[in-house]
Amino acid sequence: MTAALAIVGLALATGSGLFGPALRRRPALGQGLSCAALCAGAALGVAASARTLFGPGGFVLRHPWHEPYGSLALRLDPLSALFLVPVLSVPALSSIYGLAYWPQARLGWKAIRLQLFFGLVTGSMGLVILADNALLFLVGWELMAVAAFMLVRSEEDRPEALRAAWIYLAASHVGTFALFAFFCVAGSARGSFDFDAWRGMSAAGAGGAWLYGFLLVGFGVKAGLVPLHFWLPGAHAAAPSHVSAVMSGVLLKTGIYGLLRTTGFFEGPPSSFGMTLFALGALSGVLGVALALAQHDLKRLLAYHSVENIGIIAMGLGIALVGRSRGDGALVFLGFAGGALHVVNHALFKSLLFLGAGSVHHAAGTRDIERLGGLGKAMPITALLFLVGATAICGLPPLNGFVSEWLVVLGSLRGMSLPRGDRVAYLALGAPALAFIGGLAAACFAKVQGTVFLGQPRSEEATRVHESPSAMLLPMALLGAACLAIGLAPALVVEPLERAAAEWGGAAPGSLAGPAGSAAASAAWVSAVAVALLVAVGLLALLARGRPARPVPRSETWGCGYAFPTARMEYTGSSFAQILVEGFRSVLVPRVELSQPRGAFPRSARFATEVPDLVLDRAILPAVHACEGGARAVRSAFPGRIHLYAVLVLLALVALLAWRFIWW
Amino acid sequence: MALRALLQVGLLLLLPPLLPGVVNRVKATFAGRRGPPLLQSYYDLGKLLRKGAVYSRTTTWVFRAGPAVGLAAVFTAGLMLPVAGEPALVRFPGDFVLLAYLLALGRFFTALAALDTGSSFEGMGAAREVSFASLAEPALFLCFVVLARATGTLSLSGMLGPGLAHAWGDSAPALLLAAIALFVVALAENARIPVDDPNTHLELTMIHEVMVLDHSGPDLALILYGASMKLLLFGALLVRLTLGMPFRSLWGAEGLFVLGLLGFAVLVGATESVMARLRLTRVPQMLVGASVLSMFALVLLLR
Amino acid sequence: MASWIDMTFILVVVVDLFLLASSRLGAAIRAVAFQGALLSLLTLLIASPAHDLAHVAIVAGGALAIKALFIPWLMFRAIREAAIRREMEPLIGYVPSLLLGGTGVALAFAFSRGLPLPTPETHSFLVPTALATVWTGLLLVVSRKKAVTQVLGFLVLENGVFVFGLLLTDFMPVMVEAGVLLDLLAAVFVMGIVMFHINREFSSLDTDALASLKD
Repeated sequence: MTAALAIVGLALATGSGLFGPALRRRPALGQGLSCAALCAGAALGVAASARTLFGPGGFVLRHPWHEPYGSLALRLDPLSALFLVPVLSVPALSSIYGLAYWPQARLGWKAIRLQLFFGLVTGSMGLVILADNALLFLVGWELMAVAAFMLVRSEEDRPEALRAAWIYLAASHVGTFALFAFFCVAGSARGSFDFDAWRGMSAAGAGGAWLYGFLLVGFGVKAGLVPLHFWLPGAHAAAPSHVSAVMSGVLLKTGIYGLLRTTGFFEGPPSSFGMTLFALGALSGVLGVALALAQHDLKRLLAYHSVENIGIIAMGLGIALVGRSRGDGALVFLGFAGGALHVVNHALFKSLLFLGAGSVHHAAGTRDIERLGGLGKAMPITALLFLVGATAICGLPPLNGFVSEWLVVLGSLRGMSLPRGDRVAYLALGAPALAFIGGLAAACFAKVQGTVFLGQPRSEEATRVHESPSAMLLPMALLGAACLAIGLAPALVVEPLERAAAEWGGAAPGSLAGPAGSAAASAAWVSAVAVALLVAVGLLALLARGRPARPVPRSETWGCGYAFPTARMEYTGSSFAQILVEGFRSVLVPRVELSQPRGAFPRSARFATEVPDLVLDRAILPAVHACEGGARAVRSAFPGRIHLYAVLVLLALVALLAWRFIWW
Repeated sequence: MALRALLQVGLLLLLPPLLPGVVNRVKATFAGRRGPPLLQSYYDLGKLLRKGAVYSRTTTWVFRAGPAVGLAAVFTAGLMLPVAGEPALVRFPGDFVLLAYLLALGRFFTALAALDTGSSFEGMGAAREVSFASLAEPALFLCFVVLARATGTLSLSGMLGPGLAHAWGDSAPALLLAAIALFVVALAENARIPVDDPNTHLELTMIHEVMVLDHSGPDLALILYGASMKLLLFGALLVRLTLGMPFRSLWGAEGLFVLGLLGFAVLVGATESVMARLRLTRVPQMLVGASVLSMFALVLLLR
Repeated sequence: MASWIDMTFILVVVVDLFLLASSRLGAAIRAVAFQGALLSLLTLLIASPAHDLAHVAIVAGGALAIKALFIPWLMFRAIREAAIRREMEPLIGYVPSLLLGGTGVALAFAFSRGLPLPTPETHSFLVPTALATVWTGLLLVVSRKKAVTQVLGFLVLENGVFVFGLLLTDFMPVMVEAGVLLDLLAAVFVMGIVMFHINREFSSLDTDALASLKD
């Protein structure tokens, strides 16, 4: 039953885009049917996941395959079900959003193509998550990468979209290469490509460290861990917003899923594995949010926040890995629950924020936050929903982001009772790191919400905005409601998290019930306080309303004596972030462009700052340019005669043969 | 039980405006003035609540939500703090995270309300507030972690509870360093000299006060009340941390606690009187210094 | 008693951190003087009855006289004579140097247990305090521009070495310590002369000016 649900659901989702080309004469109907098929498929898949998460409903399907590859195996266990829920539901909601955002009626083939690959990317992500065989996994992985490449280059008339798409494809294949290495080594060691045969793999010694290194690179690129995040900001900014929502919300998470699935095979991993992941996570978190602070392109900023949140997830998983090497169930549960719940939470609020950014772009025609402002008056619902997402991503109560960060903090402090001198106790530094990340994120989203939706319009475009159509508001409202639900009732998600953690940790079902029970009890208190907070806010609001009615005078904002404030005098987003960006100067190295005003009546003055990406613009591109320059120099040495090249090929062959004979 | 809960909420609700009164009186004494009455803050709140409010045409509902969310967040945070000699009303492992994040929520909405006015001054204040807060946050968490390590519990009521006296015997240096760091954080979070001058009249140099320039009447009352409640929260943390609260009788503990809070207010007033406000560029240094101190304290406990 | 020794060691480290964050030359010199006084106190506190009392008293008194009184006096005099501006002028900003210093302190305290030592540790904070102080001194020498502040860094470095020396009070004859103190004094004099000359040549005490002496 569950298997049928999941497979029919995935098939529906994968093929959903075919309605577009089939019904291209009636674009609205075609797109509507595509969207309906995707939603129906997602609903079926989510139902299958729910049966697995809340009851005994998992399945394993096997079909014999060619000899060396093992079997064609699909498997739905609590771990994959946990990932399948956001992986299916976020694309479904995004495709509803796409009905109004990228209507086929207006965009024609571009929208049809997007719809096709939208279904394909959803289906291939599902395949990655269900695959129980290395080869099947890789097939899904590559399909996903290529489909996502096509999605990023949806707006192929914009050069930066093309550039971002190619960088994404190249980076993705670097990762895939590392995965090939891992799968080959592991497959030859275990004699099969079936994941079943890989359980209990030894992780000891240098071999284990190599395997783990391959995993970190392979899945780290997809997930966007620093320093492998370099493809991410460009790709997420260049794609259409509902595609960015899918990419940032769930596509990155396949990297996390892969890391979880494969580290689950290791038998007693050394604690250095977990510590490494934890440290990388903390680094990603701080650098991601610091880079985000310095951005003024709304979508680029949100993309860097994905790096930050992946960092938080990695911190949780690092704690859980340490727990496995220590055999500490509570550490495993808290770390895993924090990380995995943050996967779901980030999928919810990040897609909400990207959809909100899409609405802003849709309405104002620009993503530069310095040209926006005051949008909250014309588009109040979008502003409110964006505020919900912003509060959630900062980890503030009463929303869902708080719950997962709180679990990660609890996990990091679990080592507090260890004896003096135990290095694992230093995980406690995760608590202040998370607090720092949270504080910076709050600063960043105060900047975003403030400069985009509050105050006065900073440009002509920002005055002519309109509220989005309901097809765009509905998915955002659903995502926002989910954020609030998890924030208010976190105890409900503890049980599925416990099942998934037990599945991953290789523990007997129910063995994590102790830590899960106490976490659920504390989570109940969290909901109580969250409700108390809402009640207190409500009471104060009532109090304000219940006061004897006086005529409330409206006037200008107090300008400290200056009577004619204009919108140009508002504090800009860059100024808002300046203190912190300045503080990170030695890491971020902002490019400053300044032409000072001269003379008594200066004609013009200009000041611009930009913070390029640390890895892409500071390391990779210069290296690529250097290589290119070298190649050009070599090329200019040859006049372009075919014979000469033939001679070179011959010489290389001879050299190789000689090497083979002499040193082999 | 009911009496204790009532007492706790009552203290949390009624005592806060007294603290700014004490601080101002101490400052006046240092300056050789008589100063306003100790209960002046209560009078001010009463006056503001009776007044009407002026709203700018630029603002939206966010502007009005700011003070309400700010006060509600501080109050709910206070429910987790062991206010008098008692354990808190709400206590569970990791409640200190919720406390800190609730304070952050209040700050977030106050900053948004400031940005809603579109005033460049208020934008400046909001930028400073969130920037400095993000630097104070790690120091605060490090202090909590030090307490957690010293007492072996993860809830505030445990960290500041009966185990603390024993912890002072074992690891006095670390706790002392943490207390100093916590005091610095308290000064920064509550917009006190040397970080911010609540009495200055030049908007360019202010942090917290400039954020709430446009609020008037009842909204301003909520903000002032919330600010004094936050001062009480940090005071309570410090009092419980340093006194260790050997509770025997309910009333004795209450009395000692209130005395300790007044002492905290006097200390804040004295600090404000003998120090000048730091240049804004020096503030991050001070906060990073507090983080480094508490980090040092943590390492002392972990090694 | 033990906790008093703990506190003194911790104060030495706190002075290190203060020095890294301090932007005022006068405050920094006073802090170094205070650190010298603390070291002299430590010498007394750490002495067990087995020690030769006269020896301990000489070392403590010497430290107090030279580190806490004489050298700071010299430095204040130098500032006044050369009319040096009272700011530290860092090459590495205060916050980064504070973070570097804090990391160094944390690492020293976290990992000094594993160090192989010639003699059993008399006190568990001794070695990490010494390491942290040496590290701070090096940071100060490297990261501050003025010659005066480099002298300051050198003094802190020497304080760290002195703390190491406390580990060996039993073995270290008084002459060696006297030698160290004298070395220090000589070094300060040399630096003083150098400072005087830099000041006369360039009418500033910025060591960057020395770069123009190249070729």
